[in-house]
Amino acid sequence: MSTRIPIVPENVKPLPALKENEGMLTWVASIDHKQIGIMYIIVSMIYFLIGGLEALLIRTQLAQPENAFLSPEVFNQMFTMHGTTMIFFVVMPLLIGMGVYLVPLMIGARDMAFPRLNALSFWLVVFGGILLYYSFFTQSGASEVGWFAYAPLSEKPFSLNKGPTYWALGLLATGIGSIASGLNNIVTILTLRTAGMTMRRLPLFVWMILVTSFLIIFVFPIIASAFSMMLLDRLLGATFFTPAHGGSAILWQHFFWGFGHPEVYILVLPAFGIISEVIPVFSRKPIYGYEFIAGSTVAIGLLSLGVWAHHMFAVGLGNVANVYFALASMLIAIPTGIKILNWIATMWGGKIWFATPMLFATAFIIEFVIGGLTGVAIASVPIDWVVTDSYFIVAHFHYVLFGGSIFAIFAGVYYWFPKFSGRMLSETIGKWHFWLTVVGFNMTFFIQHFLGVMGMPRRVYTYHDFPYWGSMNMISTIGAFVLAISVIIFMWNVRYSLKHGKKAPDNPWNAWTLEWATTSPPAVHNFDLVPPVRGRRPLWDLAHPDNPDEPNAKIV
Amino acid sequence: MANNKMLIKFFIASESIFFVMLILAYINFHGSNVEGPNAVNSLNPLRTGIFSLFLLASSLSVWLAGRSLVTKNHFMMKIWILVTIILGAVFIYGQASEWLGLIAQNITISRNVFGSTFFTLTGFHGFHVCVGLLMLSILLGLAMFGDFKGPKSDGVECVSIYWHFVDGVWIVVYSVIYLWAFL
Repeated sequence: MSTRIPIVPENVKPLPALKENEGMLTWVASIDHKQIGIMYIIVSMIYFLIGGLEALLIRTQLAQPENAFLSPEVFNQMFTMHGTTMIFFVVMPLLIGMGVYLVPLMIGARDMAFPRLNALSFWLVVFGGILLYYSFFTQSGASEVGWFAYAPLSEKPFSLNKGPTYWALGLLATGIGSIASGLNNIVTILTLRTAGMTMRRLPLFVWMILVTSFLIIFVFPIIASAFSMMLLDRLLGATFFTPAHGGSAILWQHFFWGFGHPEVYILVLPAFGIISEVIPVFSRKPIYGYEFIAGSTVAIGLLSLGVWAHHMFAVGLGNVANVYFALASMLIAIPTGIKILNWIATMWGGKIWFATPMLFATAFIIEFVIGGLTGVAIASVPIDWVVTDSYFIVAHFHYVLFGGSIFAIFAGVYYWFPKFSGRMLSETIGKWHFWLTVVGFNMTFFIQHFLGVMGMPRRVYTYHDFPYWGSMNMISTIGAFVLAISVIIFMWNVRYSLKHGKKAPDNPWNAWTLEWATTSPPAVHNFDLVPPVRGRRPLWDLAHPDNPDEPNAKIV
Repeated sequence: MANNKMLIKFFIASESIFFVMLILAYINFHGSNVEGPNAVNSLNPLRTGIFSLFLLASSLSVWLAGRSLVTKNHFMMKIWILVTIILGAVFIYGQASEWLGLIAQNITISRNVFGSTFFTLTGFHGFHVCVGLLMLSILLGLAMFGDFKGPKSDGVECVSIYWHFVDGVWIVVYSVIYLWAFL
């Protein structure tokens, strides 16, 4: 399969490994974008295990009606920390980490525009997470108020423990780190592109990171100010969100979702980027409708800023507001649908090769469409009123965040692991991992749609023995454990393949973007020579000089 | 090396949203404290207005420092940076004395929503002024040791852009808090 393109000569010297330089110190002091990217991924994986453990505890408690495995307080801490961890310390840093690793390589740059700022972003995420988890060691444990910390429950008279304070401080630190990485990505992408890499030739993953970065720098300040007000309420007795003292609890909801809804696009746009890279390579066709994918992403980014109150239909904002937010939310289905159609059109008639990355990418399309369809359904006010705060919502957002983001991340990890490590992940173990993930994921979450419609509320630590509730919850719990086994298999695959995996050539998938032009893993300086960019697929043009993508492109 | 200036501009765009949210919170609660302390019965727009002029003047002096950098007048650049620091410090003195006066009347961040929104908004702005003063002091210190001979310096230009931003935010904050109380 490996038709290598000899652009970058084989390194004469072995690549600088960690132990040869400063040993463990490089893990602390490094400002190399590749090492920081790897560190992001490692830290996220640790948090993935912690968040997954919390999920298993939640599902174990819910496996049977009237279960007493966890106390209500501990259960509340578990779902709060599970949601917070998975969003802010797993999906976000995983995607940012992959971005930090890949963006400079994909645009043919030496490093990020601000390598030290890059390291600062990473360490803020790490210490933000430690601050968050430190709350478990305080007197009454972690935050119990859910990942959106609605006031006045999160305020002083109702939450006297220190949990929400640590929660807000940890997320504030992490958020500042995210803003810094967003700024860094924007400047890097706008200024450090190699000659010929115009915005219209930018790999779509880089496009998605760019739009995501703009979203990050414009919406994280919203939550930073809201966290500041919440902390002032809790620590200095300010009254922003306490209705009893003249504040407004609804204001918190507006601020939180003003950030929170764009946040879900921050979590999924880079995943779209991964899919837009994987699908063409494994269909052996250029991406269909490049401009439409990039353009629809910009549309999603803009629309996402104006739809936050669809999380607040139950508040009673009035018909005009509800109708506006319902219609605006449904509009987002159009640019998202454009993407889905483009991916399918890319696969259509292609020579599809179902290696593990492609399996995950194909499954992503299916699972994400399910999550998208339920999303359009609950954007409709009457439907939302029926199913809001039920397990239907839990099922919906797991289909977009796990079925969407995490499936895409797995596709990306299998796709780029050879570049990251110089070894191939085992395809056999990968297929086991894939099928167990699909089975476990759908088993866990599909049935929750029905539980939700039957009226099971989310965030209850136990439930009565209503007909079928016990057995349906048991199915969901078994699914969660299947999912846990799949994650263990994945971790084992990484561990095994790092040591014994097949040595990866520079371009194992015969892909076309610049990161595959350098060695696997890349040298510290990334490229000896950056190949010329005369189209969207520089390595294709290089291998097929007689049949380039843009025959009339000027040579720069 | 336009990177640094591009970074500071996007950073300011991001910061603007932060202040917009604080201002929105203030506007949201404007008029909800008819009884008890509020902007109309507790603040002195004239006194704060005079101190605001010092901050506005500092925007001019930091611009003059930038001009001196371009014309490679190293001495005048140091003078104008020093003037900027002094003007900014006078503004901070004005804000500190205003705060102390309010706190002496038991108008604090926990008194009511006016107190919460007022102290949070002016406090975050004052914090930004202080960060600006710190950066200007670092510039001045480096200039004393001979840096910034001109005609270009990203350091001076970025701090200058940031300082104009802090100034601009204050114009909005002053209008929303003090002038609105007048109307």
